[in-house]
Amino acid sequence: MTSINWFRYASPVSFFPLARRLAVGFGAAAAMLAAIGLWLGLFVAPADAQQGEAYRIIFIHVPAAWMSMFVYAVMAAWCAISLAFNARLAAMMAQALAPTGALFTAIALWTGALWGRPAWGTYWAWDARMTSELVLLFLYFGYIALHHAIDEPRRADRASAVLALVGVVNLPIIYFSVMWWNTLHQGASVSLTAAPRMAAIMLTAMLVMSLAAWFYAIAVTLTRVRAIILERERRAAWVADLAGAAR
Amino acid sequence: MQLLFYIIVVTLFPLGVGVETALLHALGPGVLWVAALLASLLSLPRLFGSDFADGALEQIALSPYPLPALISGKILAHWLTTGAPLALLSPLLALQFGLDAHESAALIIGLLLGTPTLSLLGAIGAALTLGLRSGGALLALLSLPLYVPILIFGAAAVSATHAGLGAAGEFSVLGAALLVSAVGAPLACAAAVRIAMD
Repeated sequence: MTSINWFRYASPVSFFPLARRLAVGFGAAAAMLAAIGLWLGLFVAPADAQQGEAYRIIFIHVPAAWMSMFVYAVMAAWCAISLAFNARLAAMMAQALAPTGALFTAIALWTGALWGRPAWGTYWAWDARMTSELVLLFLYFGYIALHHAIDEPRRADRASAVLALVGVVNLPIIYFSVMWWNTLHQGASVSLTAAPRMAAIMLTAMLVMSLAAWFYAIAVTLTRVRAIILERERRAAWVADLAGAAR
Repeated sequence: MQLLFYIIVVTLFPLGVGVETALLHALGPGVLWVAALLASLLSLPRLFGSDFADGALEQIALSPYPLPALISGKILAHWLTTGAPLALLSPLLALQFGLDAHESAALIIGLLLGTPTLSLLGAIGAALTLGLRSGGALLALLSLPLYVPILIFGAAAVSATHAGLGAAGEFSVLGAALLVSAVGAPLACAAAVRIAMD
């Protein structure tokens, strides 16, 4: 009986074709879920009793905000793996995740501002959750900028991994900010341990949209990591074979 | 040098926003803290820069003593020459903004608790950007987001004192941040210095 090689897909050569298949699958699933989620959210779910139609931005805002934190956590985990085991592919995954995370953070802030105007009467307030989410955006920018500033890829991977791990302290601050400081941003409406304080159809639409955002993040990251693999391994024989076969 | 920078930046604000006493009093804590942040940032490239350029840092990394301990010493020296004099000078500048004795006391205690944390966190950024061309601007981008909590609680300590609430809570948070970063930052710095070496 042959043993399973657990590290088979830790090598860029064998991961490259797998990443393509996974990216296509997750991309299709994300598009389908987004279509269902938007249909549920925009047409099926009723208008909110207090906020009217304006609340519907929740179907973009909450998934984006969740993903902004989740992507950072995943990125930091890949950074830790790359530092601990000196794994090349883990560092490439972290590098590929950063722009997607920054995008979701920007979307969360942007939609939050658009929602804040009708709900609170202001686009922006210096509330704890918004400020810490803004700091998260700066952390993403810092990570991307540091990675770009260092020419040698391996040094860039390791230096930005240290930075990403230092920035992890911000995550619990964002997550618990609405509990620690009782400011403008409302507390969580959804939790794993208590009954949700919103209508079932709204919750369903939000969860479907969150899944769509999650799958989108996976698909885009895998596509980006394929580009990074090609760029870094451009002098390797297998990439030359691939280019020859394509031509 | 960064002490003069601190004094000049703080002096610029009344000239820019006008000399109305109530306005200056409201702005004072924030201005003094932001100026302290910028002064700390200004001095960071020199923390490891010259030692890195002449190879002394490499010798430090090769020494038989643990690198995080040696780096802690460097950070302490950095704070003694930048953060500490700045904190001691701040009551004088607080007079320019009309802060009273209690508020000045809150300011100086906050700065004494907060500026070591700024040196510790900034040292991580300084070590990560060693030898990079775009070091200065990048260092600001890496360090300033990490400084944000210190700024918030430092300035809040002065405001809370003004409101008569007492600043014990803010001082506790600043002290906790100092303890956590004193333990964690030298380790991260040591890792970053070793990355910059090879």
